Amino acid sequence: MNDGNKLKKITKDLWLILRFPLISIAAGFFIGAVLILIAGKNPLIAYIALFQGSFGGVDKIGETLFKMTPILMTGLSFSIAFRTGLFNIGGEGQFLAGAITAIIAGWYFQSLPHLLLVIIMFILAILAGAAWASIAGVLKAKMGIHEVITTIMLNYTALYLVNYIVRAVMNPQILLGTKAEAHTVSLPDAARLTKLKDVFEIFGRSSVHTGIFIAVGCAVFMYILLFRTTLGYELRSGGLSPDAAEYGGVKKSRNIIMAMGISGAVAGLAGAVNVMGITYYVAQSSTTPGYGFDGIAVGLVGGLHPIGIIASSFLFGILSNGARKMQLEGIPKEVIAIIQGVIIVFIASQYIIKIIYKKRKENEIKKEKIIPEKSKEEEVR
Amino acid sequence: MWIVILPILASALRLATPLIFSALGGTFSERSGVVNIALEGIMVMGAFFSILFADFTGSPWIGVMAAILAGMLTALLLGVVSIHLQGNQVVMGTAINILAVGLTSYLLQIIYKRFGQTDAITNALTNNPTILAFLEKLPVVGKAFFSGLTPFVYLAFFAVGLSYYVLFRTPFGLRVRAVGEHPKAADTVGVNVYKIRYICVLISGALAGIAGASLTVGYTAIFREHMVSGKGFIALAAMVFGKWHPVGALLACLFFGLAEALSIQGSMLGIKIPTEFMHMLPYVATILALIGVVGKAVAPAADGEPYEKGEN
Repeated sequence: MNDGNKLKKITKDLWLILRFPLISIAAGFFIGAVLILIAGKNPLIAYIALFQGSFGGVDKIGETLFKMTPILMTGLSFSIAFRTGLFNIGGEGQFLAGAITAIIAGWYFQSLPHLLLVIIMFILAILAGAAWASIAGVLKAKMGIHEVITTIMLNYTALYLVNYIVRAVMNPQILLGTKAEAHTVSLPDAARLTKLKDVFEIFGRSSVHTGIFIAVGCAVFMYILLFRTTLGYELRSGGLSPDAAEYGGVKKSRNIIMAMGISGAVAGLAGAVNVMGITYYVAQSSTTPGYGFDGIAVGLVGGLHPIGIIASSFLFGILSNGARKMQLEGIPKEVIAIIQGVIIVFIASQYIIKIIYKKRKENEIKKEKIIPEKSKEEEVR
Repeated sequence: MWIVILPILASALRLATPLIFSALGGTFSERSGVVNIALEGIMVMGAFFSILFADFTGSPWIGVMAAILAGMLTALLLGVVSIHLQGNQVVMGTAINILAVGLTSYLLQIIYKRFGQTDAITNALTNNPTILAFLEKLPVVGKAFFSGLTPFVYLAFFAVGLSYYVLFRTPFGLRVRAVGEHPKAADTVGVNVYKIRYICVLISGALAGIAGASLTVGYTAIFREHMVSGKGFIALAAMVFGKWHPVGALLACLFFGLAEALSIQGSMLGIKIPTEFMHMLPYVATILALIGVVGKAVAPAADGEPYEKGEN
C-alpha cells in the first residue's frame, strides 16, 4: 500500500468514527442558532463571543480547562460502566460522596504535610465513591435489581446525607465554634490543589488547577485498563455480549461489581478534585451538583473512548465557559443547555442509524442465504 | 391536637398530589415496557406551560390543558426514539430532562424578560372547589382539613381509580400488561405492540404534565426555576415502591407526602428527626423495597427493552 492510499484510509476511518459526533454537534449549534435568532440576537456574533470567551488568550483557555476538569472525570466514570453494559446514572451521588469525604479527611488530617495529605484525601474519596456505587453494583450482581433505579435513589440519598453532614457535623459552628454557615469548614491550605496561575503568570485570572492533570491521568488510566489489561478485556466483553462472555469464563457478577466500583471511584475522585481545586468547602444544596449528569453527555458524545472523552469534555468546557460571555451579550445562557440536550438527542438517535445499517446488512446476508435454500426446496419438489 | 394534625394531613395530601399524577404516568409507561426517567423533565414542561397559558388566557383550566398537551408532546419525543427507533430509553430520558430545564428557562427569559420566575397568576386553583364548599362547613374537619384541599387533590384520587380500572379491568389494560411482560407473545396473538406503547407513553406524558400543573396552577401560582427539583424522581421512586400498581403508587405517594409535610411542620408535633432524613426517606424506602425488606418490588419483565417487530 502506498502512502497516498494509507492517508486516504486513515481519513476514511477518522470520518467513520467522527461523523456521528460531528453531525450531532452541528445540529446542536444549528438549533442553538435558531434560538439565538428568536431571542433577537445575531447567532454569528454570539458564537464568536462564545469562542472568544473560551480561546481568546491563555487565561481564557485556562478557564476552559478548569470547566473541563470535573466533567472529563465524570465522563470517564460513566463510560467505564456503560462499556460493561451498566447505566451508572449515579455519578452525582458518587461525586458528592467523594467531595464530602475529602472535606472530612482534610479536616481530620490537616496537620500532615501537603503531598501526603492530598494523597490520603484522594484515596479516601476514591474509596467513598467506589463504596457508594458498589451498593448499586452488588444489588445488581446478586439480586438483579436494575442499576438505573438504585443509582437515581442513591443520588438523592447522598444529597440529603451530605446536607445533613454540612449542617450538623462539619459545620464551622460545630468544629470551630463560630456562627452557623450553609457550608462546611474550609479546607486548610495544605489540602488545596495548586492553581496554575500561581506558578505561571500567563494563566492570568483563570481558575485552572492541577486537577486537570489528574483528570487527564484518569483518561490514560482508563485507556490502559480497557485496552491493555485482561480485566479491561473482560469488562468490555461483558458489555458487548454478557452471555458469550460468561460462556468464555468471565464472571458476570464480579464484572458488574468491579465496573460499578471503578466507575464510582473515578466519580468520587472527581468530587474530591473539585473541592480541593476550587470550592474548598461543600455547601448545602437543594439539587445535586450536575457534574454526574454532564458526564453522561460527555461520555456519549466522546464515543465512550478516553481520547474521545477528552475532546468532548473540552467541547463542553468551551460551552459552559462561553455561556457566561454570551449572557453578557444578552443571550440567555440556557441556549447552551439546550445545545447540549440536542447533541445528546442526536447521539441517542445515531445509535439508531447504526442499528439500521447493521440490520440492512443482516437482511442482505439473510436474503443471500434464503435464495439458495428456496431453490433447493424446489429441486426436491 | 387535631387542630395541629389535620392541617398537616391536608398539607401531606397537597404535597402528594403532583407525585400521584406523575407516578401514575410512570406506571402506564413502564407497564407497557418503556422506562420513563423523563418524568422530571415532563413535569417541568407542565409546570411552565400551565402558568404561561393560565397567565395569557386568564383561565387556569386552559393552563391545565396546555400542561397536558406540553407533557404529551414531550413524551412523544421519548416515544418516537424509544419505540420506533429502538434507541436507549434512559439516554433519551436524560436528554429530555436537560432539554426541559433549558427550554423553560430560555422561554422564561424571552417571554417574561427576567430570570428565575414568571409573574404570579391571580386565579390559581388553590382553594377547595366551590361544588364541595359544603365540606368546609363540617365541624372540626371543615376548616382544618377540607379548606386546605385543592381540586387537584380530588382529581388525583379520581385518576388513581380510573388508572386502576383501565389497567386491570379492561381489555386495553390486559394488552398493556401483556406488552410490558412479554411483547413477543402479545405480538403473536395480534396485539399491536408499538400502538399500545405509544398510547401508554402519551398517557404518561399527559399525567406528568398535570403533575407539573398541580405544582404551579394548583399550588404556588407561579413558575420558578428548579421548582420541580427531583419530584419527578420521587414519583419514579413511588412507582417502584408501589410495585407498578396505581393503588400502590397512591399509597407510596401519600407516605412520601406525609414525610415531606412532617419535615416542614413536624416540629409542631415535637418530632425531632432531622429534616434531611425525612427528605431521604422516599429514596431509602424504595431501595429497601427493591431488596425485598418491605415486600419485594419487581419490574415488568420487558421494562426498558426495545421491541423489534418480526418480519413475518
